[in-house]
Amino acid sequence: MSADAHHLTGHGQDTHDSHAHSGGGHGTVQSYMTGFVLSVILTVIPFWLVMGNVLDNSLVTTLVILALGGVQMVVHVVYFLHMSTKSEGGWTFMALIFTITLVVIMLSGSVWVMYHLNHNMMPMDAHDVMNNAR
Amino acid sequence: MMHAETAPPGAAAPVFYQTDEEGHHSEGSTMLGFWLYLMSDCLIFATLFATYGVLGRSYAAGPTPKELFDLPGIAVNTAMLLFSSITYGFAMLEMDRDRVKQTQIWLAVTGLFGAAFVFLEIREFVHLFHEGAPPWRSAFLSSFYTLVSTHGLHVSMGILWLIVLMVQVRKHGLIVENKRRLMCLSMFWHFLDLIWIGVFTVVYLMGVLE
Repeated sequence: MSADAHHLTGHGQDTHDSHAHSGGGHGTVQSYMTGFVLSVILTVIPFWLVMGNVLDNSLVTTLVILALGGVQMVVHVVYFLHMSTKSEGGWTFMALIFTITLVVIMLSGSVWVMYHLNHNMMPMDAHDVMNNAR
Repeated sequence: MMHAETAPPGAAAPVFYQTDEEGHHSEGSTMLGFWLYLMSDCLIFATLFATYGVLGRSYAAGPTPKELFDLPGIAVNTAMLLFSSITYGFAMLEMDRDRVKQTQIWLAVTGLFGAAFVFLEIREFVHLFHEGAPPWRSAFLSSFYTLVSTHGLHVSMGILWLIVLMVQVRKHGLIVENKRRLMCLSMFWHFLDLIWIGVFTVVYLMGVLE
């Protein structure tokens, strides 16, 4: 991501350049296109895997599409949101790490706790409609 | 802070803009502040994802994702949002070159892709209602509608914001304030596309897979 794509002479010039140097610039046509092409590839593969029923094992497919989704999120953050460890003096990155930590705890904790709760409650209600519906 | 500096003259508004324009710092902190807002929004979506993760298999003998979801339609939706992301990127690049007309054109294209996304999503919801899958049918459907429509509402608000900014740019041109606003909307827009990755992966693809 080079900063020499900015060739403007307006009064916004200084602001923009210093931002680009600190890693928070807008990127270039190349960086946007790289992000776009990567996103298309990372979107097409999971849809193809699921719609074409490519892998027989649905657990493996689940893990693969989750991983691809995670990678695509990183691609978006880097190429579209132009996040780096240095933007805004590292504060946006700190906020991002903090948020990711909270999200991971919240998601994994909720699913884990509720799964075991469901599991342990199962013998109690053998007539539960939900169990038959699965 | 603004008040202390603008206290002596009676007319507050023009002076207020002046301080904003000069303060290089204020633009940086706006971006950081907006990023923090996005992170808090991220937490809202995380709770909705967690809710869906817990309730997403509770069909109450009702319709399952496999019977309901139309993956080719979702793929088109995904494409709309992805295209809108790249066209917003082009708008930002034109903005950097101070080309008002090109910026406006790319912003309009972005808005149209966004509108197409919202239209397709509403059409999907109407279709689901006709299929006998309203939100009150099962816990799965309640959490599904809550998550997906919260995202759709964000996109709709983004479109409204986009229209307001296009009017602003038309009236005042690409002044520093408008550039800052467009940069905030850019972050918001790309963030929504990022959330959609989670939605189509966890809700639609994994739903059909089960």
